[in-house]
Amino acid sequence: MHRVRMVFAAVVAVLLTSTTPILAKSATIALASEPTSIDPHFHNLSPNNALARHIFDRLVHPDSNQKLTPGLAVSWKPVDSTTWEFKLRKGVKWHDGSPFTADDVVFTFGRAVSVPNSPSGFGTYIKGKTAVKIDDHTVHIKTAKPYPLVPNDISTFSIISKKHGESGKTADYNSGKAAIGTGPYKYKQYVPGDRFVFVRNESYWGDKPQWDELTFKPIKSSPSRVAAMLAGDVDMIAQVPTIDIERLKKEPKLSLSQGVSNRVIYLHLDHDRDNSPFVKANDGSDIKNPLKDLRVRKAISMAINRDAIVERVMEGVAIKAGQLLPAGFFGISSKLKPVSYDPAGAKKLLAEAGLKDGFKLTIHGPNDRYINDAKIAEAIAQMLTRIGIKTEVVTMPRSVYFKRASRGGPNKTPEFSFILVGWGAGSGEASSPLKSLIHTYDKSHGFGASNRGRYSNTAVDKLIEDALATVDDAKRQDMLAKATEIAINDGAIIPLHYQVNTWATRKGLKYDARTDEYTLGMGLVSE
Amino acid sequence: MQSAVVVFVMSVIVFFGVNVVGDPIDMLINPEADQEDIEIAIRALGLDKPIGEQYLFFLKNALAGNLGRSFIFGEPALQLILQRMPATMELAFAALIMAVVLGIPLGLYAGLKPESLFARTTMSVSILGFSLPTFWVGLMMIMVFAVILGWLPSTGRGELGTFMGMTSSLFTLDGLLHMLMPALNLALLKISLVIRLTRAGTREAVLQDYIKFAYAKGLKQSRVIFVHLLKNILIPVITVLGLEFGNLIAFSVVTETIFAWPGMGKLLIDSIQQLDRPVIVAYLILIVLIFVALNLIVDIAYSILDPRVRLGDRKA
Repeated sequence: MHRVRMVFAAVVAVLLTSTTPILAKSATIALASEPTSIDPHFHNLSPNNALARHIFDRLVHPDSNQKLTPGLAVSWKPVDSTTWEFKLRKGVKWHDGSPFTADDVVFTFGRAVSVPNSPSGFGTYIKGKTAVKIDDHTVHIKTAKPYPLVPNDISTFSIISKKHGESGKTADYNSGKAAIGTGPYKYKQYVPGDRFVFVRNESYWGDKPQWDELTFKPIKSSPSRVAAMLAGDVDMIAQVPTIDIERLKKEPKLSLSQGVSNRVIYLHLDHDRDNSPFVKANDGSDIKNPLKDLRVRKAISMAINRDAIVERVMEGVAIKAGQLLPAGFFGISSKLKPVSYDPAGAKKLLAEAGLKDGFKLTIHGPNDRYINDAKIAEAIAQMLTRIGIKTEVVTMPRSVYFKRASRGGPNKTPEFSFILVGWGAGSGEASSPLKSLIHTYDKSHGFGASNRGRYSNTAVDKLIEDALATVDDAKRQDMLAKATEIAINDGAIIPLHYQVNTWATRKGLKYDARTDEYTLGMGLVSE
Repeated sequence: MQSAVVVFVMSVIVFFGVNVVGDPIDMLINPEADQEDIEIAIRALGLDKPIGEQYLFFLKNALAGNLGRSFIFGEPALQLILQRMPATMELAFAALIMAVVLGIPLGLYAGLKPESLFARTTMSVSILGFSLPTFWVGLMMIMVFAVILGWLPSTGRGELGTFMGMTSSLFTLDGLLHMLMPALNLALLKISLVIRLTRAGTREAVLQDYIKFAYAKGLKQSRVIFVHLLKNILIPVITVLGLEFGNLIAFSVVTETIFAWPGMGKLLIDSIQQLDRPVIVAYLILIVLIFVALNLIVDIAYSILDPRVRLGDRKA
């Protein structure tokens, strides 16, 4: 008996000594959506772009608040109205030991737009720009017109090695053969659908991350992801469902890290059609689209109890919104505040607009895209019904929803009248939503691509276009803020709230929550 | 020949069915892309062409063995599916073994001693196996065995081992531990099914003359049960298991999603959610082929078990 116990104790001792140090140096992170490739230019979507940050660097690195910080470029400045000069970091080595130079940058500009079979590349950020090598550590980026957002656009894509990228196909990146970057981690293993494993790059030029080895596991099902965290199988999970946050807060083994995102959830209304398909009179007959009346748009905004949505629907995990981006971002207005809840005032405005008895409306929204999206739509419908706008709710999977919302109607026009949508500003400043959501739909110039309400205001358009040609930051800030103020006061869209993202970590660790919603191993550190 | 028609009809239904739902472009493109970028992407995927033309193009390639390229991964759809097939196969295989090893003895016992307490308990529990939803049982298993007790890993596939040229997580302890919960979750319904089928067959067979005759001849009970009786009741069990095995491979979607098992089922559901049409089409066509093959295997198994059934006779 005694001997058995001693053997048992020895086994335990061996297990403890052999496993504890490994646990301390490696981390496993469960992701909610699976990156589709290691090739950093294959698919321009957040999960892939976030994963690429481990192996590859960018010229300019957006920090956790999307402020631009030096990456492979140490400094940048406009040298004339159409040329930006980027000074490259010296002494940086690729994972295979070869030196990083301007040739790699010039090469990347070509490849990032031309990956075979790529579902969507980086053309949006690269077109209209040419990279010219001046010397080994200086690159000039030329644009056709004066353009202020060159550093923002440049901060979206990874720089790859010319040597490995020239012959490297997407499959070579996935197998690790061409996955040679300058980033803080090196490729170790990729099992599609199962895991990504990286090891630390000991000769990294920047701050060395805490973990020797990082494993990313996609666990799409939210309850399973939470269970994996509770079971201690992973060190961090992304996208904690709001419904579990209260319970996880009480869990002694875990801690939560939260941060506001760059994503605003808002309502878009039909500004265009006189007879809008999902707006009807109380008896179901056609009426002249009341959403074109500013008083009605204001009434809708006042009828929405944003505090209730944040507290009840979002379980407190959201921030009510009064414009396109939360505080701290470039180009926001200091004057705009969230509209306060005022059902009596809303009813009065409706009566002034000649709609004392209200009308019938249908709100359309996705049910698998944003945090609690379908529940928000339901709450809004109830609030509007209370002031007399009898609102029905129709929600659908995003795979069906976005097509219909963008071009489901006749002649590929937006199908719906009143929709719930969200917008994340990838560039981290206000021109992104202004250009895509608020500017008049203009196919030939690439404006208003997501303007599903077809809002159109020439004064706003002019401000946006001028801002996009103004390199001076202070002037541009004013123009963007002014454009936002006019548009929001005109009810172009109705902002609801900014999403707040939640990560759960093992007790003693914390995550540097990012506005761009990226989940990065570099941000997971001991407290 | 018949199978070829089935596969063809299936391809038409699936291809057109999948193509009327939504638009993959909205799933693929970065939201910040402008109209021009969106059009480039549509052209690159061939989605600008009329659907009839798209189908003919697909058919031409399919006859050459190319079932199209995944929109999402940019790799051949068939390759993606085959890459994930071993994970699903091993799970389905483990579930099938559980169904047979647990289901047949329990069913036999319940059929031979229907009044015993153990038999009654087994039958009651098997009703639960039928009626509880897979996703709920799966989550409960994770809660109990991984979160509360901490005995088993919660999700994912474990370490892989290689044995006789085959690589599978069946060959490592870590792999088996990871597999236990998802396999049991997948097997639960099948175990219940086998128990019920075996019990029903046994109860019917024990009353028949050949069993009575065998006992009368003075054969040992074990021989009567395991040779005479079992052989006769296995035919319906094998038919059902054959088809159910197909289901295990093709549609273990729920279990794979809950346990984050990197198999085909998870690929299918992901592809459906993201409208990765080529993968959905290739997947379903492959599944039709698997079912056709399984039916053939079931027929062969009959002929081994039942001398009255011979393949030659079935032509007539």
